[in-house]
Amino acid sequence: MYSYSDFDEAFVRSRVAQFSQQVERRLDGSLTEEEFRPLRLMNGLYLQLHAYMLRIAIPYGTISPRQMRQLALIADTWDKGYGHFTTRQNIQFNWPVLGDVPAILSALADVEMHAIQTSGNCVRNVTADHFAGAAADEIEDPRPYAELLRQWSTDHPEFQFLPRKFKIAITGSPNDRAVTRAHDIGLRMHRNAEGEPGFEVMVGGGLGRTPMIGHTVRDFLPVADLLPYVEAVLSVYNTLGRRDNKYKARVKITVHETGPAEFTRMIEERFAELRPFFGGNDQAMLDDIRQAFAPPVWRDAATDGYDAFHANDPVFRAWADTNLAEHRNPQYAIVTVSLKAHGETPGDATSAQMRLLADLAERHGHSDLRISHEQNVILPHVHKSHLPALHAALSQAGLATANVGLLSDIIACPGMDYCALATARSIPVAQELAMHFDALKLEHDIGPLKIKISGCINACGHHHVGHIGILGLDRAGVENYQITLGGDGTETAVIGDKTGPGFAYDEITPAIERILRAYLGLRTEPSETFLQAYRRVGLGPFKAALYGTEAGQDAA
Amino acid sequence: MSRRFTPQVVTANDLRLGDVVYLTADDRWSRHHHEAELIEDEAHAQLRLLFGAAQKLVIVGAYLADARPGPNGPEPIHFREAFRTRGPSNYAHGKQVDHV
Repeated sequence: MYSYSDFDEAFVRSRVAQFSQQVERRLDGSLTEEEFRPLRLMNGLYLQLHAYMLRIAIPYGTISPRQMRQLALIADTWDKGYGHFTTRQNIQFNWPVLGDVPAILSALADVEMHAIQTSGNCVRNVTADHFAGAAADEIEDPRPYAELLRQWSTDHPEFQFLPRKFKIAITGSPNDRAVTRAHDIGLRMHRNAEGEPGFEVMVGGGLGRTPMIGHTVRDFLPVADLLPYVEAVLSVYNTLGRRDNKYKARVKITVHETGPAEFTRMIEERFAELRPFFGGNDQAMLDDIRQAFAPPVWRDAATDGYDAFHANDPVFRAWADTNLAEHRNPQYAIVTVSLKAHGETPGDATSAQMRLLADLAERHGHSDLRISHEQNVILPHVHKSHLPALHAALSQAGLATANVGLLSDIIACPGMDYCALATARSIPVAQELAMHFDALKLEHDIGPLKIKISGCINACGHHHVGHIGILGLDRAGVENYQITLGGDGTETAVIGDKTGPGFAYDEITPAIERILRAYLGLRTEPSETFLQAYRRVGLGPFKAALYGTEAGQDAA
Repeated sequence: MSRRFTPQVVTANDLRLGDVVYLTADDRWSRHHHEAELIEDEAHAQLRLLFGAAQKLVIVGAYLADARPGPNGPEPIHFREAFRTRGPSNYAHGKQVDHV
């Protein structure tokens, strides 16, 4: 993976020193909260419901065992022994005290990590396919491009005060695992007629209060044009974006109000101006960065031990069938370690689990770890002969839950258990759903299903693109949960449809059960997934199941 | 016709710890909601908020939250304020264990 240059190192250290002094000045009264707030946000520090929260970037979801151990150390030393992995490939610590944050940032800098630009109206952590460099369907590893974008966007003087935050996601595969269509800029690699790799560039996607799927502004962008083109998009947005109204300031609104055709024309015009200024240094840097992402030296060994375990051990088989993905090297597998044990908080890992994952990555996975936007941990390169031993070690630590891609593999934002913006809780809803369907033993029968829960309209839990989305709201001082159905966050992205009136906190699990029993009753065969069935029959039968006969008659 | 005033408390977060605090009648910041001053008059509420918010080296983000009298002192009305008196529901962290 990429190692900091002297420049990166000096930059991150200087920011730690700056912020340390800013904290001192806040504590001695030289800075007011109004002055300090933007400074702490630039360094990822929020004040939440019960405590401060520090959001740390895990660029494009790639993390080394050494870095993972440092996160464990931070969790034990300055927090409560755990961390929360988010839907944007960040980790959040929920309980730091203000005076300790400089020491935490310094500990992060020791392992080439930081919290810079994890908040504020700037280019945020660039996210990527968590299977990057490993997926069988991949054209090219997207991470060198993501790292180039990270370097370019970090402290970029033109883009530190954008109208609003700006999120970029990138995938090197035609199959989109990075929700690129719901980002301010989505980059999806594919090949042109000549077989050259390039990007489909999508602009103006986003969830939140006005969910939109991104518009394709370029079908095929040669990879060498990436930086000037992205800079052109940001430049047009920075000029046009509305600073008068926070709720209309995201680029999705700018594209909508300007019109995709006109916005595209303006990008191309700006791109034509900018392109000549990129004289090739960016490509030279990209070549250097690519070296850092060279694949590991693959082990060549028999995999019949794996086959025998798979045939004979039903627990191992259940795990392997749900948690493994196809690797580009047929002797290898991509392992998704579920952080969704039934009843646990989605995305949380204890310091002991972090240390174990670091050890296991070194022992079995070429020292590579990833964090997915679905709040799981990935070991992207595991030789199949290692899988039984890996599974045994994970089992002992409560990390072998065989539920990836199933009902209980739920995305949930922190919600009102932590977040100051939340309007309702999300975590206990996820816990209850997972426990309930586990007790019913229906999860495997239901099959592939993505439930995503947000505790407010800002949609950090991606509820709009959940097959079943749940949005927690405050209705007259009571928690109320709205359901959307049929959302999809992949290359066939769709915003889900609202079913109708919401449900109280204690009604939401029964409501989801009614939807899923309706699905089990109407699917043509067990292989027809919930999403496929929804696309075939539409909202009607599910509304009927949710709201009773009256709506059912309407639907019929 | 003016609306009947709902009693309120002044609440904020501790600058250093981030922990939720409440302004008491004797001008302290308490960790406990039931020790807060229950303010029954709108003009007095604004004065107390100004007094609290001015303590910039102690607290952050002071605001007025609706409350009602209870047997042991003021109780929160809104669920958000109730959560702030306890801590998160997924772990025994925060006030529910730190300040029992």
